[in-house]
Amino acid sequence: MTVTAQAVRRDAVKAPRRRGGGIAPPWLFAVPALLIYALVVLYPAFSGAGSAFTDWSGVGAQRSFVGLDNFQELFHDDQALGALRNTLLLTVAIVVVQNGIGLLLALGVHTGIKSRMVLRVIFFAPVVVSPVMVSFLWKYVYNPAPDAGLNAALGAIGLGGLRQDWLGNPSIALWSVAFTVIWQCAGYSMVIFLAGLEGVPAELHESAMVDGAGTVARFRHITWPLLAPAVTINLMLSTVGGLTLFTQIIAMTNGGPGYATDTLSTVLYKQAFVFGKFGYSTAVALVLAIFVAAVSFIQIGYLRSRETAA
Amino acid sequence: MKYKPRTFVLEVVMVMAAIAFLFPVYALVTLAFKDPGQIANKPLSLPDPPSVGSFGEAWQSASLGSALLNSTLITVSSVLVLIVLGSLAAYFLARTATRLSYTLYILFLVGIILPFQLGMIPLYQMVNDLGLLGTYQGMILFYTGIQLPFTVFLYTGFIRSLPADYTNAALIDGASHLQAFAHVIFPLLRPITGTVLILNAVHIWNDFFTPLLYLGGSGRETVPVRVFAFVNEYTSNYGLVAAGLVLAALPILLLFLVLQRYVIRGFASGLKG
Repeated sequence: MTVTAQAVRRDAVKAPRRRGGGIAPPWLFAVPALLIYALVVLYPAFSGAGSAFTDWSGVGAQRSFVGLDNFQELFHDDQALGALRNTLLLTVAIVVVQNGIGLLLALGVHTGIKSRMVLRVIFFAPVVVSPVMVSFLWKYVYNPAPDAGLNAALGAIGLGGLRQDWLGNPSIALWSVAFTVIWQCAGYSMVIFLAGLEGVPAELHESAMVDGAGTVARFRHITWPLLAPAVTINLMLSTVGGLTLFTQIIAMTNGGPGYATDTLSTVLYKQAFVFGKFGYSTAVALVLAIFVAAVSFIQIGYLRSRETAA
Repeated sequence: MKYKPRTFVLEVVMVMAAIAFLFPVYALVTLAFKDPGQIANKPLSLPDPPSVGSFGEAWQSASLGSALLNSTLITVSSVLVLIVLGSLAAYFLARTATRLSYTLYILFLVGIILPFQLGMIPLYQMVNDLGLLGTYQGMILFYTGIQLPFTVFLYTGFIRSLPADYTNAALIDGASHLQAFAHVIFPLLRPITGTVLILNAVHIWNDFFTPLLYLGGSGRETVPVRVFAFVNEYTSNYGLVAAGLVLAALPILLLFLVLQRYVIRGFASGLKG
């Protein structure tokens, strides 16, 4: 069906062009967008990728080719390696927990409960607020004082033993930051899952119920396979978001305590704008870009095959 | 769907989850209405009596008035430019079946997965060389370029799903391509234009890193940049910081509440193209 429709459309567009009638829109329409895109995205990205192989030290400075030195330095730099590890841990935590919670919330509000519309608005609201402000909000919630924020709440419900220095303890800080991101973005995952759930025909569930299928069986065999496109989108979004996480770290911990919450993004920022090592910074950025591209391709490939299999 | 006892149990669970979810917001808002004495003694209680003094002080200290103007100007201009340039380019890409248009489309798609950090420093240098650091124009140029791939992707997908007949009819009636686009095609794009507008506006309004880099110290800082500086300056004055955060988040939250259906639909559908 689609193939025929496409073929027909292609003919419809091509035939008048051949006759010189010029019904297809002129290429000039794409020129302004293309120029700005090339100027702001393509040229800087290529230039950045190139300077990853130089010792460029700042705006206007001379740069000379140093081969793979920056990458060698990167793989012997404890801060950069720690940041790589943190980036991967954060990404895995965010992808798993954010989408898990998002799916549960979507299943919860995609029911006959009376508060479903209000709950959607509540859970989604943090998505539209600036990550800087959400980070500062949570920085207060994570206040180390025993009688403020989360610690005070834990004390009030008799869980005073769980009080922590949430952002000051190097073995917890990374997870505290991850939780802030999850709190802000779970509603985003929820609305994408919801759109997927709304596309599942109710008749499928009804006939399965007639056949005696329980809630879990219906979820596994009907809902889950049909959610594949929503899963693809959510995994892509949260993975790229996790890999490039920056604002929340700068606002909440600035990479600390020590280097405990540094990510590739904060390291490349500090190397460039604090230490003036622009060449090294772009090498870190190139590694990050390769990660993002690799993950995107693997996910698109894997999830596409799942979608067609389903 | 029938309201069964099971539905009621689920309702209770979901409402409890929402209450837990809103705890940070409760902590922040009550904090903003308390004077320092109340903050020290009763951290989680309701403010009694509520004091609104922190709000005026926060508005002044963070210069939120001018920050809101800067943010509005940059967001509105960037979104307008994105809608015009993005829809025009997508119209060409979607309606031309040549190797050139296919290559260009793929080229735009590359921009969606390219992390901007890669070009961050060369771009900073270029904006500096062009004398656009600290200007509105610099920010509008940046957002237009960065958000174009996504905008073009959304518009192209949508235009491909429209029948081609409309424009052909207009062109045969003697309209120019630009006229046919403006009067026939563009009005048909309203649903996707809504999505493009919402997704880009929310992203640009909330963006932090680039405005910090480009506008810091220029007097043209956007809301997130001003809030960042304000919070770091008054870090231990919790009541004042909370009031500033509440004020700064309020405009976009109110707009979201008014347009909630469209915003949620835009976010939910945006990525499917």
